[in-house]
Amino acid sequence: MNEKAILELKDLDVSFRTNAGVIHAIRGVNLDLQKGETVAIVGESGSGKSVTMKAVTGLLDENATVNRGQIHYRLAENGKEEIVDLLKLPKKELRRRINGRHIAMVFQDPMTSLDPTMPVGKQIMESMLLYGGRSREEAKARALELMNLVGISDAEHRMKYYPHQFSGGMRQRVVIAIALSGDPDILICDEPTTALDVTIQAKILELIKDIQKRMGLSVIYITHDLGVVAKVADYVNVMYAGKIVEVGNVNEIFYDPRHPYTWGLLTAMPDMDTDDDRLYSIPGSPPNLLHEPKGDAFAPRNAFALAIDEKAEPPLFKISDTHYAATWLLHPDAPKIEMPPELQARLERERKEAAKYLA
Amino acid sequence: MAKYIVKRVGLALITLLIIVFLLFVMVRIMPGNPFPSERMSAEQIANKRIEMGLDKPVLVQFRDYMVKLLQGDFGKGTSLYYGAPIKTVLSTCVQNSFRIGGLAILIGTAVGLLLGITAALNRGRFLDGFCTVFSIVGVCVPSYVFLIFLQYYFSYKIPYFPYFFDANRFLFSSILPALSLSLFTMSTVARFTRNEMVEVMDSDYVRLAESKGIYGPRLIRRHVLRNALIPIVTVLAPLIVDLLTGALVVEKIYGINGIGKLMVDAISGEGVDYNYVLALGILYSALYIGIMLAVDLLYGILDPRIRVAAKGDA
Ligand SMILES: Nc1ncnc2c1ncn2[C@@H]1O[C@H](COP(=O)(O)OP(=O)(O)O)[C@@H](O)[C@H]1O
Ligand SMILES: [Mg+2]
Repeated sequence: MNEKAILELKDLDVSFRTNAGVIHAIRGVNLDLQKGETVAIVGESGSGKSVTMKAVTGLLDENATVNRGQIHYRLAENGKEEIVDLLKLPKKELRRRINGRHIAMVFQDPMTSLDPTMPVGKQIMESMLLYGGRSREEAKARALELMNLVGISDAEHRMKYYPHQFSGGMRQRVVIAIALSGDPDILICDEPTTALDVTIQAKILELIKDIQKRMGLSVIYITHDLGVVAKVADYVNVMYAGKIVEVGNVNEIFYDPRHPYTWGLLTAMPDMDTDDDRLYSIPGSPPNLLHEPKGDAFAPRNAFALAIDEKAEPPLFKISDTHYAATWLLHPDAPKIEMPPELQARLERERKEAAKYLA
Repeated sequence: MAKYIVKRVGLALITLLIIVFLLFVMVRIMPGNPFPSERMSAEQIANKRIEMGLDKPVLVQFRDYMVKLLQGDFGKGTSLYYGAPIKTVLSTCVQNSFRIGGLAILIGTAVGLLLGITAALNRGRFLDGFCTVFSIVGVCVPSYVFLIFLQYYFSYKIPYFPYFFDANRFLFSSILPALSLSLFTMSTVARFTRNEMVEVMDSDYVRLAESKGIYGPRLIRRHVLRNALIPIVTVLAPLIVDLLTGALVVEKIYGINGIGKLMVDAISGEGVDYNYVLALGILYSALYIGIMLAVDLLYGILDPRIRVAAKGDA
């Protein structure tokens, strides 16, 4: 693990036992998170984003099996640093030492992620009282501070409210306050704005960015929306059928994408600058991982698929020190295939726009 | 909250009054004679009718009945236990049925909860399967079959418990009937608890609690049980009424002088005893309405979503 890395997933492989058979949901995922940075994971629903992060937080469902891999975390505890493999820690120890206090999570649906029978203040204070070594008064003061930080006014009064007395956006603020209550180093946000109104989405995004800056958090941001990625991320991992198929920094992914799946995702983004309001979507649907895909899992939906895609899975090809993609198109012997011209034109235009802003 | 309670209690009383009136009228419309007609001449019967006021308009009769009822007087039987005040007969039967039913409720709820919680905590493993099978059997097997089984093994083969109910050895002779009566409640509570708990354990808010470091008994107590057990109150309520008001066949088999037996006697005797049928109907309705009211109020205390709504109401 390099100096700045705080979390490193190595060859993570997870499957689920179900009545229908074994679902091979995560098929060798590598992922790096550096201190203070934001890494996004994007991909269609069902690609394995949530499962990957549940593995990190020890929240995998009971029918899950981790077949391979390590999750290295740089644990700073009592002034000492050590690197631990989160997959090797017993559940109890993971809850006691890691969850909340080092790695915290914000879930997708604020309507269901708060305990309906406990006042929100208590939910924010709960783990502080259990682990923080704080007295009741100190915990309460900290909870008030956090509620103010996440933008809940009249916190003293609203601490006693139950979740159903808040709107969706407010509830997500409470969830964020709970996540921050243990002073974590890593905040994992699993589609935190997907269930919210568009206007509230933007506010919650701003809030997370603001808090990240203030508290020096490292953030993993899961989303299926590339528009969100552009706003928050330093690095992007594109995930498909349980694998990372392309990784790079934001500029590389948005202006120089190499994987046909990334091309598809980018084309599917609504384009604000054209009158064309037909929305593109990638044809077909992700493979059913009950059956191990043969060759490249994306091949059946890929207009640029090569013959070899049917037979062998492509390795990650290096494009730059930070940019890799798993597609046979990058093999030296592959025919030269460029991204679709419409997409190229659009990215070109967007790059110019961005440059204008910077100038 | 106080205003809310007053409103609910008032509503319950009005409901009860309406039910009493309907019962009163229906008993009089019902086919059948209130007197043991084979033993009485037409003249005797006519006199009796006048003595009981049955010749007066129904509304007048109802007024007279209510005046007495409000003083706690259910009147006398028309054919059953001739002459004895209903209150005396009823209180013996109520005592027997309530005690045995109460014991059954306690056993059923306690063991049911224990079974359900154990099953949920061992989801998908042997104990879970065992609990499922047990609850299906418990719901399907009638309580009197279970009673006969218990009698056979624990009164006959191993002569430890008495064969029949004995008011002088109340607790001891209540165990077998209470146990057999508790089976249905036990199974229902166990299955319900197990399913509710499993659902809550899969919920997002339990995931969130875990993600902030809560685990083990604390997680189960504070986040799982609290949410899973609130709805159980609603399942329990009708079961409680059922058990308190006595079980016909079990009372017959075990020779218990209880409410169930009294009801049968009141209807199937030589005459349909108006006053007993009425008294038992009122008892049943009052119990049902009272317990449902208690459940509503309890629910309000337990579930903050309703508590707050009630506050806003007041
Ligand atoms: N408990 C489970 N049992 C069986 N399959 C599961 C389970 N949890 C997730 N999966 C499967 O794993 C795959 C990835 O799911 P997920 O990580 O939730 O996708 P997403 O990228 O939308 O977050 C899906 O195909 C899903 O059906
Ligand atoms: Mg997901």
